[in-house]
Amino acid sequence: MAEEQKPAAPKAPPTMATTPWEDELTEQLKRQFGDRISEFTIGLGQKFLVPSPEAVIPILEYLKLEADFDYLVDVTAVDYPKRAERFDLVYILYSFAGNERIRIKTRIAEGYKPATAVGVHLTANWLEREVFDMFGIEFAGHPDMRRILLPEDWEGYPLRKDRGILQMDDRWVKEHLGIESGQ
Amino acid sequence: MPDSTFLDASELVLNMGPQHPSTHGVLRVILKLDGEKVIGTECVIGYLHRGVEKIAENRTYVQFAPYVDRMDYVAAVSNGLGYCLAVEKLLGVEAPPRAQVVRVILTELNRVASHLIWLGTHALDIGAITPLFYTMREREETLNIFEKYCGARLTNHAFRIGGLQYETYDGFEREVRACCDLLLPRIDEYEELLTGNRIWIGRLKNVGILNAEDCKAYGVTGPMLRAAGVKWDIRKAQPYSGYERYEFEIPTGVNGDTYDRYMVRMLEMRQSVRIIRQAVDGMPAGPIMGKVPKVIRPPVGEVYVSIEAPKGELGYYVVSDNSTQPYRVRVRPPSFVNLQSLDKMARGSLVADVVAIIGTIDIVLGEVDR
Repeated sequence: MAEEQKPAAPKAPPTMATTPWEDELTEQLKRQFGDRISEFTIGLGQKFLVPSPEAVIPILEYLKLEADFDYLVDVTAVDYPKRAERFDLVYILYSFAGNERIRIKTRIAEGYKPATAVGVHLTANWLEREVFDMFGIEFAGHPDMRRILLPEDWEGYPLRKDRGILQMDDRWVKEHLGIESGQ
Repeated sequence: MPDSTFLDASELVLNMGPQHPSTHGVLRVILKLDGEKVIGTECVIGYLHRGVEKIAENRTYVQFAPYVDRMDYVAAVSNGLGYCLAVEKLLGVEAPPRAQVVRVILTELNRVASHLIWLGTHALDIGAITPLFYTMREREETLNIFEKYCGARLTNHAFRIGGLQYETYDGFEREVRACCDLLLPRIDEYEELLTGNRIWIGRLKNVGILNAEDCKAYGVTGPMLRAAGVKWDIRKAQPYSGYERYEFEIPTGVNGDTYDRYMVRMLEMRQSVRIIRQAVDGMPAGPIMGKVPKVIRPPVGEVYVSIEAPKGELGYYVVSDNSTQPYRVRVRPPSFVNLQSLDKMARGSLVADVVAIIGTIDIVLGEVDR
Protein backbone atom coordinates (compact mmCIF):
# COMPACT_ATOMS: atom_id res chain seq x y z
CA MET A 1 0.00 0.00 0.00
CA ALA A 2 1.28 3.39 -0.96
CA GLU A 3 1.85 5.60 2.07
CA GLU A 4 0.24 8.95 1.65
CA GLN A 5 2.63 11.78 2.27
CA LYS A 6 1.22 14.78 4.04
CA PRO A 7 2.62 17.99 2.57
CA ALA A 8 3.88 20.52 5.14
CA ALA A 9 1.46 23.24 4.17
CA PRO A 10 -1.88 21.72 3.19
CA LYS A 11 -3.11 23.23 -0.03
CA ALA A 12 -6.40 22.66 -1.72
CA PRO A 13 -6.41 19.38 -3.64
CA PRO A 14 -7.00 19.47 -7.39
CA THR A 15 -10.68 19.40 -8.14
CA MET A 16 -12.56 18.52 -11.29
CA ALA A 17 -13.41 21.50 -13.43
CA THR A 18 -17.05 22.47 -13.28
CA THR A 19 -19.14 24.84 -15.32
CA PRO A 20 -22.64 26.11 -14.61
CA TRP A 21 -25.40 24.19 -16.34
CA GLU A 22 -27.79 26.44 -18.17
CA ASP A 23 -30.32 25.37 -20.76
CA GLU A 24 -34.07 25.13 -21.24
CA LEU A 25 -34.45 22.44 -18.65
CA THR A 26 -32.72 24.42 -15.93
CA GLU A 27 -34.87 27.44 -16.78
CA GLN A 28 -37.99 25.32 -16.39
CA LEU A 29 -36.78 23.86 -13.14
CA LYS A 30 -35.85 27.27 -11.78
CA ARG A 31 -39.28 28.57 -12.62
CA GLN A 32 -40.94 25.58 -11.05
CA PHE A 33 -38.84 25.08 -7.94
CA GLY A 34 -37.13 28.41 -7.38
CA ASP A 35 -34.54 28.44 -4.67
CA ARG A 36 -35.31 24.89 -3.62
CA ILE A 37 -32.62 23.94 -6.13
CA SER A 38 -29.35 25.51 -5.09
CA GLU A 39 -27.02 24.42 -7.83
CA PHE A 40 -26.92 23.42 -11.49
CA THR A 41 -23.50 22.14 -12.47
CA ILE A 42 -21.70 20.29 -15.23
CA GLY A 43 -18.66 18.35 -14.09
CA LEU A 44 -16.67 16.20 -16.52
CA GLY A 45 -19.47 16.70 -19.01
CA GLN A 46 -22.08 15.30 -16.65
CA LYS A 47 -25.00 17.38 -15.46
CA PHE A 48 -26.21 17.40 -11.91
CA LEU A 49 -28.45 19.52 -9.74
CA VAL A 50 -28.50 19.95 -5.99
CA PRO A 51 -31.95 20.45 -4.48
CA SER A 52 -33.08 20.50 -0.88
CA PRO A 53 -34.05 16.99 0.31
CA GLU A 54 -37.80 17.55 0.49
CA ALA A 55 -37.86 18.81 -3.11
CA VAL A 56 -36.40 15.60 -4.56
CA ILE A 57 -39.62 13.70 -5.09
CA PRO A 58 -41.49 16.64 -6.69
CA ILE A 59 -38.50 17.15 -8.96
CA LEU A 60 -38.43 13.48 -9.92
CA GLU A 61 -42.14 13.68 -10.68
CA TYR A 62 -41.76 16.87 -12.67
CA LEU A 63 -38.82 15.53 -14.65
CA LYS A 64 -40.69 12.34 -15.43
CA LEU A 65 -43.87 14.04 -16.60
CA GLU A 66 -42.54 17.19 -18.24
CA ALA A 67 -39.05 16.33 -19.40
CA ASP A 68 -39.26 12.59 -20.21
CA PHE A 69 -36.79 11.48 -17.58
CA ASP A 70 -38.65 8.22 -17.29
CA TYR A 71 -35.87 5.88 -16.26
CA LEU A 72 -34.39 6.00 -12.77
CA VAL A 73 -30.99 4.44 -13.28
CA ASP A 74 -29.76 4.31 -9.73
CA VAL A 75 -30.23 5.52 -6.20
CA THR A 76 -27.21 5.55 -3.96
CA ALA A 77 -25.56 7.42 -1.13
CA VAL A 78 -22.14 8.67 -0.13
CA ASP A 79 -21.12 9.09 3.49
CA TYR A 80 -19.23 12.15 4.74
CA PRO A 81 -19.12 11.60 8.51
CA LYS A 82 -17.44 14.92 9.29
CA ARG A 83 -20.08 17.00 7.56
CA ALA A 84 -23.16 18.33 9.35
CA GLU A 85 -25.42 16.90 6.67
CA ARG A 86 -23.79 13.56 6.70
CA PHE A 87 -25.01 11.86 3.53
CA ASP A 88 -25.14 12.67 -0.13
CA LEU A 89 -28.18 10.98 -1.62
CA VAL A 90 -27.73 10.53 -5.34
CA TYR A 91 -30.37 9.79 -7.96
CA ILE A 92 -29.29 9.10 -11.51
CA LEU A 93 -31.89 9.68 -14.20
CA TYR A 94 -32.00 8.98 -17.89
CA SER A 95 -34.31 10.16 -20.62
CA PHE A 96 -34.84 7.76 -23.51
CA ALA A 97 -36.39 10.50 -25.63
CA GLY A 98 -33.60 13.01 -25.10
CA ASN A 99 -30.73 10.51 -24.68
CA GLU A 100 -29.59 12.44 -21.65
CA ARG A 101 -28.39 11.48 -18.22
CA ILE A 102 -28.57 13.74 -15.19
CA ARG A 103 -27.93 13.35 -11.49
CA ILE A 104 -29.84 14.70 -8.55
CA LYS A 105 -27.66 15.10 -5.50
CA THR A 106 -29.08 16.11 -2.18
CA ARG A 107 -27.56 16.40 1.27
CA ILE A 108 -29.29 14.88 4.24
CA ALA A 109 -28.43 14.69 7.91
CA GLU A 110 -28.20 11.46 9.85
CA GLY A 111 -31.65 10.42 11.01
CA TYR A 112 -33.44 12.39 8.33
CA LYS A 113 -35.98 10.22 6.53
CA PRO A 114 -36.19 11.18 2.86
CA ALA A 115 -39.44 10.39 1.09
CA THR A 116 -39.44 7.30 -1.07
CA ALA A 117 -39.37 7.51 -4.86
CA VAL A 118 -41.31 4.26 -5.33
CA GLY A 119 -44.45 6.24 -6.18
CA VAL A 120 -42.67 7.78 -9.15
CA HIS A 121 -40.29 5.02 -10.23
CA LEU A 122 -41.04 1.42 -9.22
CA THR A 123 -37.41 0.49 -9.55
CA ALA A 124 -36.59 2.62 -6.52
CA ASN A 125 -37.97 -0.14 -4.32
CA TRP A 126 -34.89 -2.37 -4.23
CA LEU A 127 -32.44 0.45 -4.79
CA GLU A 128 -33.69 2.30 -1.71
CA ARG A 129 -33.70 -0.91 0.27
CA GLU A 130 -30.04 -1.31 -0.57
CA VAL A 131 -29.29 2.24 0.53
CA PHE A 132 -31.08 1.50 3.80
CA ASP A 133 -29.17 -1.76 4.15
CA MET A 134 -25.76 -0.21 3.59
CA PHE A 135 -26.16 3.30 5.06
CA GLY A 136 -29.13 3.10 7.41
CA ILE A 137 -31.03 5.80 5.59
CA GLU A 138 -34.71 5.06 6.08
CA PHE A 139 -37.08 6.11 3.35
CA ALA A 140 -40.42 7.43 4.57
CA GLY A 141 -43.41 5.81 2.91
CA HIS A 142 -41.43 2.93 1.40
CA PRO A 143 -43.69 -0.12 1.03
CA ASP A 144 -41.10 -2.63 2.22
CA MET A 145 -38.31 -0.99 4.20
CA ARG A 146 -36.21 -4.02 5.10
CA ARG A 147 -32.63 -5.03 4.57
CA ILE A 148 -32.05 -6.63 1.20
CA LEU A 149 -28.54 -8.05 0.99
CA LEU A 150 -27.62 -8.55 4.63
CA PRO A 151 -29.61 -10.75 7.03
CA GLU A 152 -32.59 -8.99 8.54
CA ASP A 153 -31.32 -9.14 12.11
CA TRP A 154 -27.83 -7.91 11.21
CA GLU A 155 -26.69 -4.84 13.10
CA GLY A 156 -24.65 -2.02 11.64
CA TYR A 157 -24.45 -0.33 8.27
CA PRO A 158 -21.35 -1.50 6.43
CA LEU A 159 -20.87 1.30 3.92
CA ARG A 160 -20.74 4.03 6.54
CA LYS A 161 -17.25 5.37 6.82
CA ASP A 162 -17.00 4.73 10.57
CA ARG A 163 -17.48 1.03 9.94
CA GLY A 164 -14.17 -0.78 9.46
CA ILE A 165 -13.76 -3.22 6.61
CA LEU A 166 -13.08 -6.12 8.98
CA GLN A 167 -15.83 -5.18 11.40
CA MET A 168 -18.62 -7.73 11.60
CA ASP A 169 -21.76 -8.06 13.59
CA ASP A 170 -20.10 -10.32 16.17
CA ARG A 171 -23.35 -11.25 17.86
CA TRP A 172 -24.95 -12.36 14.61
CA VAL A 173 -21.94 -14.37 13.50
CA LYS A 174 -21.72 -16.15 16.85
CA GLU A 175 -25.43 -16.84 17.06
CA HIS A 176 -25.96 -18.10 13.52
CA LEU A 177 -22.63 -19.57 12.56
CA GLY A 178 -21.40 -20.60 15.99
CA ILE A 179 -17.96 -19.11 15.46
CA GLU A 180 -16.10 -16.17 16.87
CA SER A 181 -16.06 -13.28 14.45
CA GLY A 182 -12.87 -12.06 12.91
CA GLN A 183 -10.49 -13.03 10.18
CA MET B 1 -70.29 -21.33 -0.64
CA PRO B 2 -68.57 -23.36 2.07
CA ASP B 3 -66.01 -21.14 3.69
CA SER B 4 -63.25 -23.56 4.57
CA THR B 5 -63.35 -27.09 3.33
CA PHE B 6 -60.11 -28.95 2.82
CA LEU B 7 -60.45 -28.27 -0.88
CA ASP B 8 -60.23 -24.59 -0.21
CA ALA B 9 -56.52 -24.76 0.39
CA SER B 10 -56.21 -21.51 -1.42
CA GLU B 11 -52.68 -20.45 -0.61
CA LEU B 12 -49.53 -22.48 -0.56
CA VAL B 13 -46.13 -21.02 0.15
CA LEU B 14 -43.35 -22.81 -1.66
CA ASN B 15 -39.69 -22.18 -1.13
CA MET B 16 -37.43 -22.39 -4.14
CA GLY B 17 -33.69 -22.26 -3.70
CA PRO B 18 -31.13 -21.15 -2.69
CA GLN B 19 -29.86 -24.61 -3.53
CA HIS B 20 -31.89 -25.19 -6.64
CA PRO B 21 -30.30 -25.81 -10.02
CA SER B 22 -32.67 -23.56 -11.93
CA THR B 23 -32.05 -20.50 -9.79
CA HIS B 24 -28.62 -20.05 -11.38
CA GLY B 25 -26.68 -19.84 -8.18
CA VAL B 26 -27.94 -18.88 -4.80
CA LEU B 27 -31.18 -17.08 -5.52
CA ARG B 28 -34.00 -17.92 -3.17
CA VAL B 29 -37.53 -17.26 -4.31
CA ILE B 30 -40.54 -17.68 -2.06
CA LEU B 31 -43.56 -18.46 -4.18
CA LYS B 32 -47.11 -17.92 -3.07
CA LEU B 33 -49.29 -20.33 -4.97
CA ASP B 34 -52.93 -20.86 -5.63
CA GLY B 35 -52.97 -24.37 -6.98
CA GLU B 36 -50.29 -24.18 -9.61
CA LYS B 37 -50.77 -20.51 -10.24
CA VAL B 38 -48.30 -18.01 -8.85
CA ILE B 39 -49.98 -15.19 -6.97
CA GLY B 40 -46.87 -13.60 -5.57
CA THR B 41 -43.13 -13.99 -5.28
CA GLU B 42 -40.46 -12.70 -3.02
CA CYS B 43 -36.77 -12.82 -3.77
CA VAL B 44 -34.34 -13.40 -0.95
CA ILE B 45 -30.89 -12.37 -2.07
CA GLY B 46 -27.56 -11.57 -0.51
CA TYR B 47 -26.13 -15.07 -0.05
CA LEU B 48 -23.17 -14.10 -2.17
CA HIS B 49 -22.67 -10.63 -0.73
CA ARG B 50 -18.98 -9.87 -0.39
CA GLY B 51 -19.11 -6.15 0.11
CA VAL B 52 -17.39 -5.24 -3.14
CA GLU B 53 -18.21 -1.55 -2.67
CA LYS B 54 -16.65 -1.53 0.78
CA ILE B 55 -13.56 -3.29 -0.50
CA ALA B 56 -13.21 -0.58 -3.13
CA GLU B 57 -12.89 2.08 -0.44
CA ASN B 58 -10.04 0.17 1.15
CA ARG B 59 -7.96 -0.55 -1.95
CA THR B 60 -6.17 1.70 -4.36
CA TYR B 61 -7.72 2.31 -7.75
CA VAL B 62 -5.45 -0.25 -9.36
CA GLN B 63 -5.81 -2.81 -6.61
CA PHE B 64 -9.58 -2.75 -6.87
CA ALA B 65 -9.67 -3.53 -10.59
CA PRO B 66 -9.47 -7.34 -10.24
CA TYR B 67 -12.35 -7.35 -7.75
CA VAL B 68 -14.86 -6.13 -10.30
CA ASP B 69 -14.30 -9.29 -12.33
CA ARG B 70 -15.88 -11.27 -9.52
CA MET B 71 -19.25 -9.62 -9.83
CA ASP B 72 -20.62 -10.79 -13.13
CA TYR B 73 -18.13 -13.58 -13.42
CA VAL B 74 -19.34 -14.88 -16.76
CA ALA B 75 -18.77 -11.44 -18.30
CA ALA B 76 -15.73 -10.33 -16.34
CA VAL B 77 -14.30 -8.35 -19.23
CA SER B 78 -17.34 -6.07 -19.34
CA ASN B 79 -17.06 -5.33 -15.64
CA GLY B 80 -13.42 -4.43 -16.06
CA LEU B 81 -14.15 -2.21 -19.04
CA GLY B 82 -16.77 -0.23 -17.15
CA TYR B 83 -14.50 0.32 -14.18
CA CYS B 84 -11.52 1.31 -16.31
CA LEU B 85 -13.63 3.76 -18.30
CA ALA B 86 -14.94 5.37 -15.12
CA VAL B 87 -11.50 5.88 -13.59
CA GLU B 88 -10.10 7.03 -16.93
CA LYS B 89 -12.82 9.63 -17.14
CA LEU B 90 -11.96 10.86 -13.65
CA LEU B 91 -8.29 11.05 -14.57
CA GLY B 92 -8.98 12.63 -17.93
CA VAL B 93 -7.06 10.03 -19.91
CA GLU B 94 -8.18 7.95 -22.81
CA ALA B 95 -7.02 4.56 -23.94
CA PRO B 96 -5.07 4.70 -27.22
CA PRO B 97 -6.82 3.51 -30.41
CA ARG B 98 -5.22 0.09 -30.48
CA ALA B 99 -6.21 -0.58 -26.89
CA GLN B 100 -9.77 0.48 -27.63
CA VAL B 101 -10.04 -1.93 -30.54
CA VAL B 102 -8.67 -4.84 -28.51
CA ARG B 103 -11.09 -3.89 -25.74
CA VAL B 104 -14.01 -4.03 -28.15
CA ILE B 105 -12.92 -7.41 -29.50
CA LEU B 106 -12.57 -8.96 -26.05
CA THR B 107 -15.75 -7.39 -24.71
CA GLU B 108 -17.80 -8.63 -27.61
CA LEU B 109 -16.26 -12.09 -27.40
CA ASN B 110 -17.21 -12.02 -23.76
CA ARG B 111 -20.75 -10.98 -24.63
CA VAL B 112 -21.00 -14.03 -26.86
CA ALA B 113 -19.59 -16.22 -24.09
CA SER B 114 -22.06 -14.80 -21.60
CA HIS B 115 -24.99 -15.30 -23.94
CA LEU B 116 -23.83 -18.86 -24.64
CA ILE B 117 -23.89 -19.66 -20.93
CA TRP B 118 -27.32 -18.10 -20.72
CA LEU B 119 -28.59 -20.11 -23.68
CA GLY B 120 -27.25 -23.40 -22.41
CA THR B 121 -28.58 -23.04 -18.89
CA HIS B 122 -31.88 -21.51 -19.99
CA ALA B 123 -32.49 -24.41 -22.36
CA LEU B 124 -31.46 -26.82 -19.62
CA ASP B 125 -34.04 -25.31 -17.28
CA ILE B 126 -36.73 -25.75 -19.89
CA GLY B 127 -35.75 -29.39 -20.33
CA ALA B 128 -33.53 -29.33 -23.38
CA ILE B 129 -30.29 -30.81 -22.17
CA THR B 130 -28.34 -30.97 -25.43
CA PRO B 131 -27.79 -27.25 -26.12
CA LEU B 132 -25.79 -26.90 -22.90
CA PHE B 133 -23.08 -29.20 -24.21
CA TYR B 134 -22.96 -27.40 -27.52
CA THR B 135 -22.83 -23.92 -26.02
CA MET B 136 -20.16 -24.94 -23.54
CA ARG B 137 -18.12 -26.32 -26.42
CA GLU B 138 -18.25 -23.02 -28.31
CA ARG B 139 -17.69 -20.98 -25.19
CA GLU B 140 -14.49 -22.92 -24.75
CA GLU B 141 -13.23 -21.40 -27.99
CA THR B 142 -13.72 -17.89 -26.70
CA LEU B 143 -12.21 -18.76 -23.32
CA ASN B 144 -9.15 -20.15 -25.05
CA ILE B 145 -8.56 -16.75 -26.60
CA PHE B 146 -8.87 -15.06 -23.20
CA GLU B 147 -6.54 -17.58 -21.68
CA LYS B 148 -3.93 -17.05 -24.34
CA TYR B 149 -4.31 -13.30 -24.07
CA CYS B 150 -4.12 -12.76 -20.34
CA GLY B 151 -3.72 -16.13 -18.71
CA ALA B 152 -7.14 -16.35 -17.14
CA ARG B 153 -10.33 -17.86 -18.44
CA LEU B 154 -13.06 -16.60 -16.20
CA THR B 155 -12.03 -13.65 -14.06
CA ASN B 156 -9.78 -12.19 -16.69
CA HIS B 157 -8.72 -8.78 -15.44
CA ALA B 158 -7.86 -8.20 -19.07
CA PHE B 159 -7.75 -4.40 -19.06
CA ARG B 160 -5.82 -1.83 -17.11
CA ILE B 161 -6.72 1.71 -16.24
CA GLY B 162 -5.51 3.62 -19.27
CA GLY B 163 -5.38 0.77 -21.74
CA LEU B 164 -4.15 -2.79 -21.75
CA GLN B 165 -1.55 -4.62 -19.75
CA TYR B 166 -0.58 -6.97 -22.54
CA GLU B 167 0.00 -6.67 -26.22
CA THR B 168 -1.97 -9.24 -28.18
CA TYR B 169 -0.23 -12.54 -28.75
CA ASP B 170 1.03 -13.78 -32.11
CA GLY B 171 -1.83 -15.08 -34.16
CA PHE B 172 -4.46 -13.25 -32.09
CA GLU B 173 -6.20 -11.87 -35.16
CA ARG B 174 -6.16 -15.22 -36.89
CA GLU B 175 -7.65 -17.01 -33.92
CA VAL B 176 -10.31 -14.40 -33.33
CA ARG B 177 -11.31 -14.63 -36.99
CA ALA B 178 -11.38 -18.41 -36.81
CA CYS B 179 -13.54 -18.19 -33.70
CA CYS B 180 -15.97 -15.87 -35.52
CA ASP B 181 -16.12 -18.21 -38.49
CA LEU B 182 -16.89 -21.04 -36.15
CA LEU B 183 -19.52 -19.22 -34.13
CA LEU B 184 -21.95 -18.15 -36.83
CA PRO B 185 -22.78 -21.62 -38.19
CA ARG B 186 -22.95 -22.91 -34.63
CA ILE B 187 -25.48 -20.24 -33.70
CA ASP B 188 -27.47 -21.40 -36.72
CA GLU B 189 -27.31 -24.89 -35.29
CA TYR B 190 -28.73 -23.80 -31.94
CA GLU B 191 -31.49 -22.01 -33.73
CA GLU B 192 -32.26 -25.15 -35.72
CA LEU B 193 -32.60 -27.02 -32.47
CA LEU B 194 -34.69 -24.45 -30.67
CA THR B 195 -36.25 -21.63 -32.67
CA GLY B 196 -38.90 -23.67 -34.44
CA ASN B 197 -39.13 -26.38 -31.83
CA ARG B 198 -42.73 -26.90 -30.74
CA ILE B 199 -41.91 -27.55 -27.11
CA TRP B 200 -39.57 -24.57 -27.00
CA ILE B 201 -42.22 -22.28 -28.49
CA GLY B 202 -44.88 -23.71 -26.20
CA ARG B 203 -42.81 -23.09 -23.11
CA LEU B 204 -41.59 -19.62 -24.10
CA LYS B 205 -44.24 -17.83 -26.12
CA ASN B 206 -46.39 -15.45 -24.09
CA VAL B 207 -44.60 -16.40 -20.90
CA GLY B 208 -43.35 -13.68 -18.58
CA ILE B 209 -44.45 -10.72 -20.63
CA LEU B 210 -42.88 -7.42 -19.65
CA ASN B 211 -43.88 -4.54 -21.90
CA ALA B 212 -41.90 -1.41 -22.57
CA GLU B 213 -43.75 0.66 -19.98
CA ASP B 214 -43.04 -1.84 -17.24
CA CYS B 215 -39.44 -2.19 -18.34
CA LYS B 216 -38.89 1.53 -17.91
CA ALA B 217 -40.73 1.65 -14.60
CA TYR B 218 -38.61 -1.18 -13.23
CA GLY B 219 -35.42 0.16 -14.74
CA VAL B 220 -34.97 -3.01 -16.75
CA THR B 221 -32.28 -2.71 -19.42
CA GLY B 222 -30.35 -4.83 -21.86
CA PRO B 223 -31.89 -7.60 -23.96
CA MET B 224 -35.01 -7.57 -21.78
CA LEU B 225 -35.77 -3.97 -22.66
CA ARG B 226 -35.00 -4.53 -26.33
CA ALA B 227 -37.26 -7.59 -26.44
CA ALA B 228 -40.09 -5.25 -25.42
CA GLY B 229 -39.46 -3.23 -28.56
CA VAL B 230 -37.33 -0.39 -27.22
CA LYS B 231 -34.40 0.15 -29.55
CA TRP B 232 -31.95 1.22 -26.90
CA ASP B 233 -28.38 0.12 -26.51
CA ILE B 234 -25.75 2.22 -24.76
CA ARG B 235 -23.24 1.22 -27.44
CA LYS B 236 -25.38 3.24 -29.86
CA ALA B 237 -26.99 5.81 -27.57
CA GLN B 238 -23.82 6.96 -25.83
CA PRO B 239 -20.94 5.20 -27.57
CA TYR B 240 -17.75 4.44 -25.67
CA SER B 241 -14.50 2.74 -26.68
CA GLY B 242 -15.12 3.68 -30.30
CA TYR B 243 -18.34 1.73 -30.79
CA GLU B 244 -19.56 4.52 -33.04
CA ARG B 245 -17.09 3.30 -35.67
CA TYR B 246 -18.67 -0.11 -36.09
CA GLU B 247 -21.69 -1.03 -38.09
CA PHE B 248 -24.17 -3.12 -36.21
CA GLU B 249 -27.86 -3.28 -35.56
CA ILE B 250 -29.85 -3.33 -32.38
CA PRO B 251 -32.13 -6.35 -32.51
CA THR B 252 -35.52 -5.79 -30.93
CA GLY B 253 -38.55 -7.89 -30.15
CA VAL B 254 -42.23 -7.09 -30.18
CA ASN B 255 -44.07 -8.80 -27.36
CA GLY B 256 -41.51 -8.67 -24.59
CA ASP B 257 -42.08 -12.32 -23.73
CA THR B 258 -39.54 -14.99 -23.00
CA TYR B 259 -39.39 -16.07 -26.61
CA ASP B 260 -38.60 -12.55 -27.81
CA ARG B 261 -35.84 -12.26 -25.26
CA TYR B 262 -34.44 -15.51 -26.58
CA MET B 263 -34.54 -14.22 -30.14
CA VAL B 264 -32.97 -10.88 -29.20
CA ARG B 265 -30.03 -12.55 -27.51
CA MET B 266 -29.53 -14.93 -30.43
CA LEU B 267 -29.47 -11.98 -32.84
CA GLU B 268 -27.15 -10.08 -30.52
CA MET B 269 -24.57 -12.81 -30.70
CA ARG B 270 -24.53 -12.47 -34.48
CA GLN B 271 -24.15 -8.70 -34.17
CA SER B 272 -21.28 -9.19 -31.75
CA VAL B 273 -19.53 -11.41 -34.26
CA ARG B 274 -20.11 -8.70 -36.85
CA ILE B 275 -18.48 -6.11 -34.59
CA ILE B 276 -15.53 -8.37 -33.80
CA ARG B 277 -14.87 -8.96 -37.50
CA GLN B 278 -14.83 -5.24 -38.22
CA ALA B 279 -12.59 -4.60 -35.26
CA VAL B 280 -10.07 -7.27 -36.22
CA ASP B 281 -9.95 -5.98 -39.77
CA GLY B 282 -9.24 -2.45 -38.69
CA MET B 283 -6.77 -3.03 -35.92
CA PRO B 284 -4.41 -0.04 -35.77
CA ALA B 285 -0.83 -0.28 -34.63
CA GLY B 286 0.45 1.82 -31.81
CA PRO B 287 0.82 1.95 -28.06
CA ILE B 288 -1.53 0.08 -25.77
CA MET B 289 -1.30 2.27 -22.69
CA GLY B 290 -2.32 5.89 -22.31
CA LYS B 291 -0.47 8.37 -20.15
CA VAL B 292 -1.44 7.24 -16.70
CA PRO B 293 0.47 8.39 -13.61
CA LYS B 294 2.28 5.72 -11.60
CA VAL B 295 0.21 6.58 -8.57
CA ILE B 296 -3.39 7.17 -9.47
CA ARG B 297 -4.86 10.09 -7.53
CA PRO B 298 -7.72 11.58 -9.52
CA PRO B 299 -8.81 15.13 -8.72
CA VAL B 300 -11.68 15.58 -6.29
CA GLY B 301 -14.82 14.83 -8.20
CA GLU B 302 -17.29 12.23 -9.21
CA VAL B 303 -18.34 10.47 -12.34
CA TYR B 304 -20.97 8.04 -13.52
CA VAL B 305 -20.01 5.89 -16.47
CA SER B 306 -22.12 3.09 -17.81
CA ILE B 307 -21.63 0.51 -20.51
CA GLU B 308 -23.81 -2.03 -22.23
CA ALA B 309 -22.91 -5.23 -20.42
CA PRO B 310 -24.43 -8.49 -21.66
CA LYS B 311 -27.12 -8.18 -18.99
CA GLY B 312 -27.94 -4.51 -19.41
CA GLU B 313 -26.71 -1.17 -18.17
CA LEU B 314 -23.70 -1.63 -15.96
CA GLY B 315 -22.78 1.63 -14.30
CA TYR B 316 -19.97 2.79 -12.06
CA TYR B 317 -20.42 5.85 -9.90
CA VAL B 318 -16.95 6.72 -8.62
CA VAL B 319 -16.28 9.49 -6.12
CA SER B 320 -12.72 10.66 -5.63
CA ASP B 321 -11.30 12.71 -2.76
CA ASN B 322 -7.86 12.99 -4.38
CA SER B 323 -6.41 10.15 -2.34
CA THR B 324 -5.01 6.94 -3.71
CA GLN B 325 -8.17 5.08 -2.82
CA PRO B 326 -11.62 5.72 -4.22
CA TYR B 327 -13.85 7.54 -1.74
CA ARG B 328 -16.84 5.61 -2.98
CA VAL B 329 -17.49 3.18 -5.80
CA ARG B 330 -21.08 2.37 -6.49
CA VAL B 331 -21.83 -0.36 -8.97
CA ARG B 332 -25.14 -0.15 -10.73
CA PRO B 333 -25.71 -3.82 -11.41
CA PRO B 334 -28.02 -4.79 -14.27
CA SER B 335 -28.83 -8.22 -12.84
CA PHE B 336 -29.95 -6.78 -9.50
CA VAL B 337 -32.26 -4.25 -11.07
CA ASN B 338 -33.62 -6.64 -13.69
CA LEU B 339 -34.34 -9.29 -11.09
CA GLN B 340 -36.77 -6.93 -9.42
CA SER B 341 -39.15 -7.41 -12.34
CA LEU B 342 -39.44 -11.14 -11.60
CA ASP B 343 -42.50 -10.58 -9.45
CA LYS B 344 -44.27 -8.64 -12.16
CA MET B 345 -43.53 -11.29 -14.78
CA ALA B 346 -44.28 -14.32 -12.64
CA ARG B 347 -47.64 -13.22 -11.24
CA GLY B 348 -50.41 -15.24 -12.81
CA SER B 349 -48.12 -17.76 -14.46
CA LEU B 350 -47.50 -21.39 -13.55
CA VAL B 351 -44.73 -22.72 -11.34
CA ALA B 352 -42.96 -24.26 -14.30
CA ASP B 353 -42.98 -20.86 -16.00
CA VAL B 354 -41.14 -19.30 -13.07
CA VAL B 355 -38.15 -21.42 -13.99
CA ALA B 356 -38.33 -20.16 -17.56
CA ILE B 357 -38.69 -16.57 -16.34
CA ILE B 358 -35.71 -16.72 -13.99
CA GLY B 359 -33.70 -18.14 -16.86
CA THR B 360 -34.74 -15.41 -19.24
CA ILE B 361 -33.70 -12.57 -16.92
CA ASP B 362 -30.16 -13.91 -17.22
CA ILE B 363 -28.98 -13.15 -13.72
CA VAL B 364 -25.60 -13.82 -12.25
CA LEU B 365 -25.87 -13.88 -8.50
CA GLY B 366 -22.35 -12.65 -8.06
CA GLU B 367 -23.55 -9.40 -9.53
CA VAL B 368 -26.93 -9.32 -7.81
CA ASP B 369 -25.33 -9.64 -4.38
CA ARG B 370 -21.93 -8.12 -5.06
